[in-house]
Amino acid sequence: MATSSNNSPALLDIAEVSKSFGPVAVLRSVSLQVAKGEVVTIIGPSGSGKTTLLRCVNFLESYDSGSIRIDGKEVGYRDAGTRQRRGERDLAAMRAETGMVFQSFNLFPHLTAAGNIMLGLTKVRGKSSAEARSIAEHWLGRVGLAHKADSLPAELSGGQQQRVGIARAVAMEPKILLLDEITSALDPELVGEVLAVVKSLAEDGMTMVMVTHEMAFARDASSRIVFMADGGVSAVGPPKEVLAAETTNERLRTFLARFRASHF
Amino acid sequence: MGYTLNFNLIWRHFDKLWGGLLLSLELAVISIAIGIVIGLVLAVWYVSAGRVMRTIIAAYVEFIRNVPLILLVYLVFYGVPTVIDLAYSAPTSFVVTLSVYSGAYLVEVFRSGLEAVPRGQLDAGKAIGLTPWQRLIHVRLPTMLRITLPALSNTFISLFKDTSIASVISVPELTYGAQWINFNTFRIVEVYLVTTAMYLVTGYALLFALRLVERRFRAAR
Repeated sequence: MATSSNNSPALLDIAEVSKSFGPVAVLRSVSLQVAKGEVVTIIGPSGSGKTTLLRCVNFLESYDSGSIRIDGKEVGYRDAGTRQRRGERDLAAMRAETGMVFQSFNLFPHLTAAGNIMLGLTKVRGKSSAEARSIAEHWLGRVGLAHKADSLPAELSGGQQQRVGIARAVAMEPKILLLDEITSALDPELVGEVLAVVKSLAEDGMTMVMVTHEMAFARDASSRIVFMADGGVSAVGPPKEVLAAETTNERLRTFLARFRASHF
Repeated sequence: MGYTLNFNLIWRHFDKLWGGLLLSLELAVISIAIGIVIGLVLAVWYVSAGRVMRTIIAAYVEFIRNVPLILLVYLVFYGVPTVIDLAYSAPTSFVVTLSVYSGAYLVEVFRSGLEAVPRGQLDAGKAIGLTPWQRLIHVRLPTMLRITLPALSNTFISLFKDTSIASVISVPELTYGAQWINFNTFRIVEVYLVTTAMYLVTGYALLFALRLVERRFRAAR
């Protein structure tokens, strides 16, 4: 089983989580611990359960068994034993502790860049709009979009929208940031600007779990790489180990070979 | 052609048409306002309800959409007071009818709009920790409004024209005013020409105003 890379208790503790969509098992007893400040990237073929696992962490998806804890608190259920689902307000409060960035950006189309960031700050964090505005401007500055604060999503490029998406998530000061294939919908020339933002957040010590197809980025920016196949964790370890060409893991070797063939 | 147009009699009784138009607009505005409330509440209820409530709302919508408005107007004005001891004026009766009627159409418009809000936006609302009510107010409804505005405009224009049916229960709106002038002056061509023009101009003015609103919202998409 994977253990965190240092001895501090795991910030995120996923223990034996399983989930099926009807007869199809998408997660098979997945366990993974992530320590504070770690950047964990999840790679694997499509349909291997990466995104589903990520969506379980903030309970956008429920799961059939197992437990997911953040800072020791069970996420979706009152406790793992009775599996009584938390009430909606309770769930909302739990979700506010995690940030999520989506493949398709999912900005609120009727709100400006600043407005997108301010919504959670005012409605969930209870900040005044002046305070929320200044926080929004700070984060827009961090992602290089200070001049776009009053632009609507439709007026922004994909890369800019995704940077707003990241700012919206981190402005809430989440304990952990979940990144779901955040560059997959971008034109190749826009990928770099988004990854640069993620990298600078990693350098700040933000704890991140990231599903990605960007192998070079996974290699350079992550503390550990998780390789998922068929709904389970097939390999996990530091980038050098997992991405080593001579790995004995058959599935991983096939995945990497196919990946190299199609991307280089 | 032995018929010569003579509009003099129309102008002499023009107050019947002008007053009628104002009443038509009033009936439409009040009914649509109530219809919007009915439509919004039921549409929001529908998308979050269980099967029983969905069936009830769907039955209401299907009933209204498959019965001619004129029949509903007769039913409410003549039928209901016969069964239960309740007296109301013709305009009130018509407003009630048109409200319930427009409500059914607006449920459909709003429901399809709510269902068309991309799931990703709702996920984003969840992810930042908004409660279901906050997601509805701050995420789902604003996007739904943008999606439904064109359909809403059409429904509003159509409902405005439907006020002409109030003439069958002698509500003195525009069409009733036209009928009155026709019966009293026999200038049938002139009066209906003028009345048609009034409906047209008002309808276009409404459409123009609604398109302006749409454009504002579209700029904000």
